[in-house]
Amino acid sequence: MIIGLDVGGTHTDVILLSGRQLIREVKIATDPDNLFQTLQAGLDAIIEGIDPKSIKRAVLSTTLATNLVAQQKLPDVGMVVAGGPGIDPRHFRTNALYYTVKGAQDHRGQEIQTLDDKEVLAIGEELRHKGIRYAGVVSKFSVRNSAQEEKMAALLQPYVERVFMGHRFSGNLNFPRRIATTYLNCAVYPVHKKFFTAVQESLAEKGLTMPIRILRPDGGNMNIESSVDHPAQTILSGPSASVIGAISSAPSEGTCLVLDIGGTTTDMAVLIDRAPLLAPLGIEVAGYKTLIRALQTESIGIGGDSAVRVIEGKLTIGPDRLGKAMAYGGPEPTPTDAFYVLGQGGSGDAAQSRRGLEPVARALDLTVDLAAKLIFETACRTILEAAAKMINTINSKPVYTVHELWEGSQIKPNHLLILGGPAPQFASQLQTMFDGKVQVVPNYQVANAIGCALARTTCEVSLFADTSQGKATAPSEGFSKEVDSSFNLDNARELANDLLRKKAIRRGADPEDLETEVLEENQFNMIRGFRTVGKNIRVRMQLKPGLIRDE
Amino acid sequence: MLHAKKKTGLVFFPAFDWAISPTHPEREERLLYTQDQVFEEGLLDIDGIVEFKPDLVTINDVQRVHFCVPDPWAVMTESHFISAGGAKTIGMAVMDGTIDRGFAMVRPPGHHACRVVHGARGFCNINTEAIMIEYLRRAYGVERIAIVDTDCHHGDGTQDIYWHDPNTLFISIHQDGRTLYPGSGFLDEMGGPNAVGTTINIPLPPNTSDEGFLYTIKEMVLPILDDFKPQLIINSAGQDNHYSDPITNMNFSARGYAELTSLLKPDIAVLEGGYAIEGALPYVNTGIILAMAGLDYDHLSEPDFDYEAYRQSRETTDYIHHLGQKVLNLWDRRESLAETARAKANSNQRTRSIYYDTDSIQENQNETIRICDDCGGALRIQSSANRKQPILAVHIPVGACAACQDQGHKWFETADREQFANIFLQDRTTDRYLSTHKK
Repeated sequence: MIIGLDVGGTHTDVILLSGRQLIREVKIATDPDNLFQTLQAGLDAIIEGIDPKSIKRAVLSTTLATNLVAQQKLPDVGMVVAGGPGIDPRHFRTNALYYTVKGAQDHRGQEIQTLDDKEVLAIGEELRHKGIRYAGVVSKFSVRNSAQEEKMAALLQPYVERVFMGHRFSGNLNFPRRIATTYLNCAVYPVHKKFFTAVQESLAEKGLTMPIRILRPDGGNMNIESSVDHPAQTILSGPSASVIGAISSAPSEGTCLVLDIGGTTTDMAVLIDRAPLLAPLGIEVAGYKTLIRALQTESIGIGGDSAVRVIEGKLTIGPDRLGKAMAYGGPEPTPTDAFYVLGQGGSGDAAQSRRGLEPVARALDLTVDLAAKLIFETACRTILEAAAKMINTINSKPVYTVHELWEGSQIKPNHLLILGGPAPQFASQLQTMFDGKVQVVPNYQVANAIGCALARTTCEVSLFADTSQGKATAPSEGFSKEVDSSFNLDNARELANDLLRKKAIRRGADPEDLETEVLEENQFNMIRGFRTVGKNIRVRMQLKPGLIRDE
Repeated sequence: MLHAKKKTGLVFFPAFDWAISPTHPEREERLLYTQDQVFEEGLLDIDGIVEFKPDLVTINDVQRVHFCVPDPWAVMTESHFISAGGAKTIGMAVMDGTIDRGFAMVRPPGHHACRVVHGARGFCNINTEAIMIEYLRRAYGVERIAIVDTDCHHGDGTQDIYWHDPNTLFISIHQDGRTLYPGSGFLDEMGGPNAVGTTINIPLPPNTSDEGFLYTIKEMVLPILDDFKPQLIINSAGQDNHYSDPITNMNFSARGYAELTSLLKPDIAVLEGGYAIEGALPYVNTGIILAMAGLDYDHLSEPDFDYEAYRQSRETTDYIHHLGQKVLNLWDRRESLAETARAKANSNQRTRSIYYDTDSIQENQNETIRICDDCGGALRIQSSANRKQPILAVHIPVGACAACQDQGHKWFETADREQFANIFLQDRTTDRYLSTHKK
């Protein structure tokens, strides 16, 4: 059996699956100040009376790292950055102990300015003196050549407990994002490690010895061991749980829009032929733009409990939530109250909802029923407009080849999948406004935790080869190999695939269930003078996010 | 956090699957390292810098500027529709106020493409900037426009298109034509009889460095722009003045290009040439983007740049100062020079031979302009490529007076259908483009 546990802002959902069969579901309140306690309580409830040995897998999605970053509770760490020519690296400061040092590499990874060892050692001394135990090192173009980062790490290592190197977190180009990503990993590390060590120990006490996996914002997961090396890859994993939870209901072909409608917000994502769409670069959290892989999601401030107001004769919904719906004793009218007025409520107090909507109706000069209808339609229209904007953004993403620009396919969702508390009510209204099929995800109230339980392991590998330099490298894998002039795109793809499979298995993937795919590949002839001197090859591959196979 | 002082739009279209030929300078690899640098610097993440997907130009957009022989399909590839489309996208965003300024980093280039197009010359088939400008004139009613061409090669195509247009100031700064392709762009090339002075050529000596280029901008270009008062400034931003460019002989640097951009303050920049794809383009493009956005570029430099080593000689400096006096003198005397030019016999005629190096075509042209005080003048061009049967092209300019409209229509309607392989009419007053083919 499999446990899926998704810690949300207000609720934590836990489910137990046998194969694809939902055996048990638990919803408890999240205590943001004691996530460990929340986790314990959720797990205790779900395994009550179950033989711990029958649990083969557990996947957790937590807000631990997200909260640390959002609430600015990160510990002091040292960041050492070698920028070289370009934008002044001091503009990318992430924290107080941020040092820019000599050293530079160019776009082909060739060293153009050497490091000053003494400068780095002096920083090590300073960090030790200040009692700093973690450091991050980043150099420009380190994804082309990691030598300078390796060197800085070796110089600093004697002074601190652990050094994180930028090239290990992503193979993608973007120096400022690499700095932010390295900083977050470094700063989240101590808390993350302590927390999950405690979780593992506590589970072992309960007889739960199966491997624990942690959800990532790209809709995949990794084992605890890998997560300790990449702790920031757990930030903002919540929305991806819901998206994976919707996959099994999605059509196998076509574009599907997933709406997770909660109390305060609606999260949106896109599935194309059942595969979730990835964000182009990485997550943005609390002002940090990162290279942390994530699904493309968009969040808007409309949910079942959004505050409904009339401002200057105009109806507004959200973006804030003042509390529960009035049907449940809340302070202000909400879309949920509109459901009650329209006879689509549940076990709450419909009369209270009607009373709550009366002032809204008066201000709009409508009957209460018509006001309820308007609230409902407005909420749905706002969601669809936000979705259209998101689709437009995806469709206007620049492309860099003639072929892609002329043949470039534009996505247009023809299927809506809805999950979250008020899913059925919203679905009935959205059906009248959306040109396509509208469907509520089965077990829509805990589909997020189911998604968590069934998510595959994911990872990505970037390989870069420059045959004129006789080198193929994948710095994020610590891989470098000499190649000759006959090395080509097919060889590069094969090599990247091999590195990806190995990485996936290290991260806990099922070796029998590795669906790899090429995200990007390019091969350029390098001409100097009028002579071909080599090939410049780039391959980026991923383990496709999705569901584990059904055993 | 970096914030752009000027909201800056970018179209980046490296055409990674398009080349003139596998080892040609204009090949797939050209903007690869620029892409690497732009991505690694995180330029597209900066608040106030936005990237747009290029639009495609329409056939009408092309016909508004060019006479393509026998038709636009024959002289264009897919990549040309995108390259010109990228400039158009930036132009529209500037006019709509979505951005303050914009840079179209597109390829292939366009500034050697003339009004009549039989094929490719100087790696160019259609004139990217002209297509954008004439679209903006049509769609937004812009009138006075200045183009400052800072490519190392004379922008002879753009010069040809605007030769008779008094509302477009064309300034080309380039390596002296006696030492470089296309061998034109001398001081005495000042525009046709209806537009004397609005074509300005500034041929700089080989080995001109930052000092000389910036002097040219400050002491020649800016004062002239102040006088002309354009509504839009377009920069044909070729990057082959760089000291490491393999096919030219200048000594300009990346920071120099950034400084030039800061001084010129173009509303729209469009990439032209530049073939030092590893040593120059990544840094020059980064510099231009930073300068357009009003961001600091003090930290930008090529890895191997040495100011002293590339510094121009004293003689070069003196030469440029002297050249500056001549340029300003001609500009100040443009009205009297126009009278002198018109007084010459056959001043309404021009006979030329144009060589298409890329496609090995020899074109012979006879041009007749109606000398006019009220508009740019109706224009009649007879052109033959490689001694084949000639074509006839008639251009009626934007804002043409009644007499020039009549003259244009008369030329088109009374042309001998047997004499010409194709007869074209470009009527800018109605945005109508006609062509007849010999049966």
